[in-house]
Amino acid sequence: MLLLALDTATPAVTVALHDGARVVAESTTVDARRHTELLIPAVLDALAEAGADRRDVTEIAVGVGPGPFTGLRVGLAAATTWGAALDLPVRGVCSLDVIAYEVVRSGSAGAQPFAVATDARRREVYWATYDAAGQRTDGPHVGPPLTPDEHVGTMLAALPAAGAGARLYPAAFAQVVEPEYPSAAVLATAVAASAVEIVEPQPLYLRRPDVTVTTGRKSVLGSASTGSASTGSAQSGRRQR
Amino acid sequence: MSVADDPLILGIETSCDETGVGLVRGTTLLANAVASSVDEHARFGGVVPEVASRAHLQAITPTLRRALDEAGVRLTDVDAVAVTAGPGLAGALMVGVSAAKALAVAIDKPLYGVNHLVGHVAAEQLENGRLTEPVVALLVSGGHTEILEVTDIATAAELLGQTLDDAAGEAFDKVARLLDLPYPGGPHIQRAAATGDPTAIRFPRGLTSQRDMERHRYNFSFSGLKTAVARWVESAQRDGAPVPVDDVAAAFQESVADVLTRKAVLACQERGITTMVLAGGVAANARIRDLTRERCAAAGIALRQPRLSLCTDNGAMIAALGAAVVERGLPPSSIDFGADSSLPVTEVLVR
Ligand SMILES: Nc1ncnc2c1ncn2[C@@H]1O[C@H](COP(=O)(O)OP(=O)(O)O)[C@@H](O)[C@H]1O
Ligand SMILES: [Mg+2]
Repeated sequence: MLLLALDTATPAVTVALHDGARVVAESTTVDARRHTELLIPAVLDALAEAGADRRDVTEIAVGVGPGPFTGLRVGLAAATTWGAALDLPVRGVCSLDVIAYEVVRSGSAGAQPFAVATDARRREVYWATYDAAGQRTDGPHVGPPLTPDEHVGTMLAALPAAGAGARLYPAAFAQVVEPEYPSAAVLATAVAASAVEIVEPQPLYLRRPDVTVTTGRKSVLGSASTGSASTGSAQSGRRQR
Repeated sequence: MSVADDPLILGIETSCDETGVGLVRGTTLLANAVASSVDEHARFGGVVPEVASRAHLQAITPTLRRALDEAGVRLTDVDAVAVTAGPGLAGALMVGVSAAKALAVAIDKPLYGVNHLVGHVAAEQLENGRLTEPVVALLVSGGHTEILEVTDIATAAELLGQTLDDAAGEAFDKVARLLDLPYPGGPHIQRAAATGDPTAIRFPRGLTSQRDMERHRYNFSFSGLKTAVARWVESAQRDGAPVPVDDVAAAFQESVADVLTRKAVLACQERGITTMVLAGGVAANARIRDLTRERCAAAGIALRQPRLSLCTDNGAMIAALGAAVVERGLPPSSIDFGADSSLPVTEVLVR
């Protein structure tokens, strides 16, 4: 077997290959704005590093978020299309669970309940809580880290917290623990060991779409004589990230 | 035509609100599967980028399967993959680009990131066979209003002019809203206009004054027209008069048709080009079609126009452009290219 694992739910573009016994290649690049550019080249590099052919891949695992929408979709579009093209199984895993699996394996939270919080932008985090064994006990949710809901706020503040969201809001999370981002190597290991919940490879958005109607205008600035057309829709498209 | 010998190209399009997958050999259309999210945008009166992007992710693999079934081919038969790299909505484009990269790698075939605008022109080759360049293309849709000069469909295109504000289709949609007609407004305006008098009201022709013709010879502007319609309707309402929706629609449509065709024909004449391609969703408009045909005929310009399903955004047009690029033996795009929401038309194929 050769399992291709990938996750684009955070600024980390992470890929790994697992042969059933161990991780044979992995890479992670942190760049929140270049998921489309980086993902597939990283997969090709991993295949080369493992000395494997693309046709050797027998199954795919993908982080389904929650995460900023545009980046999240890059991984899901790649995983589901690859799977559909070659009729391979595609297994979805909550990206927060991937972080949680590493917390438990590394013991970074010291064998006690913990939280995972990633950056949801707009001064909010995606978060979930876990028991000492890594079973999810609440979430995934999206909300402000310094929540107006005192019960949740008090609970999160009391737990060791992994993920970039915990690092961004130290006032809300007393104890920050590793890791910062999900790792595809961990995702692959967890899936190969049947140690995480498998879900459909469908995005966990947790938020309704922003309703900013585009002008529909797709600027073709930079091409010729015109200089004054607006870049409105291009920006509104980019702002979705 | 030795169709069977031409490479089989699969094209993917996700630049706006249509998820398209098409299959083409040379200039022969084999499949054109499209899933549109237009209904999901209707209550907002325009395309909502995040709604469109979500819909693309849901639709991409079902649309791929539908295209393969339609053509009766398997992915192992596909020789190359082409995808819209831009211009368009960034988040929407990224779904298609990411899917196309994964597909190309999975089936071990070359990938070509191509220009959406030039794709609209390439679509014509699926209707009436190979183009004889140079051609002038008039692209009119909900997101585009451009005059292009294409000297080689696979390598050389230039932007002669474009709208400075609203796209033509957007103007139709906004005026429809003013007249309490549903979204998308184009077909409703056309229906209302059928019983109206286009000369009942004289609406302005944007950027056609002598001064504007110097600075914006091939450019368009429709926001002034939209404002003029709004003012006219408001003043009629203020006077307590019933708004003659059919006359307003007809006069508005006439203004758009007049400016579009006048400038496109002028571009042909001044560039010494004798073929025009008309494409985009607004090319569905009967008055725009008729007036373009009439004026082209009078000027000795051959008008070429694909059927409507090839005029609106679709994957077959991207496959058609991919086929032209492959035919020229051009190198595939490097696998690390990204979506470019403002890709210039001069970049037919991304590196
Ligand atoms: N008969 C028509 N007359 C005028 N405009 C039309 C007609 N039919 C469709 N349209 C317009 O075409 C646009 C949709 O075309 P399409 O090529 O899908 O554009 P885009 O995908 O760029 O929004 C809409 O703005 C719609 O109002
Ligand atoms: Mg459309």
